[in-house]
Amino acid sequence: MANTTGFKSYFQFHNVDWGAMMSATWETVWMTLLSMVAIVILGIILGLILYETRNKSGIGFRILNWIVGLFVNIFRSIPFIILIILLLPITMKLAGTIIGPRAALPSLIISAAPFYARMVESYFREVDSGVLEAAESMGATTWGIITKVLLPESKPALIAGATVTTISLIGYTAMAGAIGAGGLGNLAYQDGFQASNNTVTLVATVIICLFVFIVQFVGDVFVKITDKRTL
Amino acid sequence: MIRFNNVSKQYSTKDGGLTAVNDVNIEINDGEIFGIVGYSGAGKSTLVRMLDGLEAPSTGEIDINGTDVAKLHGSQLRKQRQKIGMIFQHFNLLWSRTVLDNIALPLEIAKVPKAKRKQRAEELIKLVGLQGREHSYPSELSGGQKQRVGIARALANEPTILISDEATSALDPDTTNEVLDLLLKINKEMNLTILLITHEMHAIAKACERVAVMDSGQVVETGSVFEVFRHPQKEITKKFVSEEFTPQQSDNTMTLEELVKKYPDGQIIRLVFHGPQAELPIVSDVVKRFPDLTISIISGAIHQTQEGALGSLDLQLVGDDSQINEALEYLKKLRVGTEVIHHG
Repeated sequence: MANTTGFKSYFQFHNVDWGAMMSATWETVWMTLLSMVAIVILGIILGLILYETRNKSGIGFRILNWIVGLFVNIFRSIPFIILIILLLPITMKLAGTIIGPRAALPSLIISAAPFYARMVESYFREVDSGVLEAAESMGATTWGIITKVLLPESKPALIAGATVTTISLIGYTAMAGAIGAGGLGNLAYQDGFQASNNTVTLVATVIICLFVFIVQFVGDVFVKITDKRTL
Repeated sequence: MIRFNNVSKQYSTKDGGLTAVNDVNIEINDGEIFGIVGYSGAGKSTLVRMLDGLEAPSTGEIDINGTDVAKLHGSQLRKQRQKIGMIFQHFNLLWSRTVLDNIALPLEIAKVPKAKRKQRAEELIKLVGLQGREHSYPSELSGGQKQRVGIARALANEPTILISDEATSALDPDTTNEVLDLLLKINKEMNLTILLITHEMHAIAKACERVAVMDSGQVVETGSVFEVFRHPQKEITKKFVSEEFTPQQSDNTMTLEELVKKYPDGQIIRLVFHGPQAELPIVSDVVKRFPDLTISIISGAIHQTQEGALGSLDLQLVGDDSQINEALEYLKKLRVGTEVIHHG
C-alpha cells in the first residue's frame, strides 16, 4: 500500500495511471479551448453591443444597452460553482448529459463570456477617438468603422484580455471537474484526494500550471506580434 | 464653391445654451487656399465639423457646389464625405496599419478594387515624398512624415476639398514649413480647394490667399491675407498679426510694457511695408529729413506671403513732438502702414 501521509506521499510515481492522466489532460485542454472560442466570439459581440449602444439617444439603443448590461452584470456576479448547479436543467437540454466535459461547456461559456464582454467594451473605449472620427469623415459606415478601425486597433488588448480569461477559465474547468465534468480537476479530486493518492494530485497540478504558462506565453507572443505602437 | 450662409450652432449644456458658431457667412472659391484663424474655442473646429456633416448646424445652410450638406443623410452623406479630405493635428493614423494600408483605408471604405487601391496609394506615396517607407508603421515615422501620410490619405479619393484642421500645430517650425509647402504644391497641381484652420498666423501668411478671423463663434474680419496683415481692423486681428511680426515669438517676445520700460523716451512706432516699399531707403530718408530726431530700431521682421514680402519695423523716435508728427506724416505719404504703439 502506498504511503498516504507525509512528504513522501507526493512522490509515489508508480501509483500514477499515466493513461488516465493523459486523457484527463486532453479533456482539460479541449474543454478550455473550445469554450474559449465561444467566449471570444460571444464576448466580442456583447462588448460591441455595449460599446455601440452606450450614450446613444435612441430609445431602442437604451433598452438594448440596459438588457445586455443587466445580463452581463448578473452572470458575472454568480459564483461559478453555483452557476453550474443553477444551469443543470439547461445543460441537460443542450448537452444531453450533466456529466463529462461536454456538460461543462455551457456553464463555462455563460460565466466567462460576460466577464470578457466587459473587458472588450473597455478596450473599444480606449481606441483613439480621433482615429474613429477620421474614419467617419472618410465616409465609413458603422460596420466599416467596426471592422476596419475598432477591431484592428484594439487587437493586442483583445488578445491580452482573452489570455487572462483563458487562464481563469482553466481554473473554472478544474472546479467543474470536481463535480463530474472530467479533466484534470476531476482526476485530482477522485483519483487523488478521494483515493488518498497525493502524487496524482501533484502531477495534475503541475500539468495545469504548465498549461497556464503555455497559454500566457502564447498570448504574450501574439500581443507582441500584433502591437505596432512601439517598435 | 463653399458657402456658409448665416450658419449658427448652439449646444445645450447643463449651464444653459452655448453658442459655438454665431451667424457665420463665408464664401470660399474653388481652387483657393482659404484660412480660418482664431484661438482655441473660437468655433473653428465646429465650423469644419459641420462642413463635413459630422455635426448639423442649428440654423443656416452650408452649401458645397450646390449641395446643402446639412440636408444629407445616410449613404448620400457618406458619399459627400468621400469628396472631402481631412488632415488633423494629431494625424489620426491607424497604428495597426502600414503607411500603404493607411493611405488605402479611404479607398477600402469607398470599395475601390484591391489592385487599384495599391496603385493609387503608391502614386500618393510618391506625391508626398515617402518612397521607401511604404511598409513602415506610423510609430516608426517622425511627425512630419506622419502628416505626409495624413495628407496622402486625405487625397486618396481624389477629393475636391481638403480641410486642414490645425494640421501643423503639433509640428516644429521647419516641419510646419515643409507641410505647408506640400499643401501649396498639391493646391497648384490638383487645383484643390484647401481650407486651412489654424491658430498660427504664420501658416496663414505662408499658404493662404484669403483669411477669416474668428472670435467667440463669429467671423470678425475677412479679406485677403495681404490686406489683413497690412491693415488689421479688429483688436484680435492686430494681436494675431503682431504675434506673427514679433520675432522669436517663443521665449523672446517683449510685451508692450517691457518695450516701454526699456525705451521710456519718445514714441514707439511700428511700420508695416510690403514688396516694393521694402526696397526703398525709407528709414535713411526719414533720418536725413529729420536730423533732430533720434531713431533707434527696436525690432524688425520680414514675412513671405502669397502676394509678396511683408515687413514690419518697430522704431523708437525721440525728439520734438512736432518733429515726430511730421515724420509720421511723411511716412504716411509714402504709404507705409504706421501705427503708434506707445506715446511717451
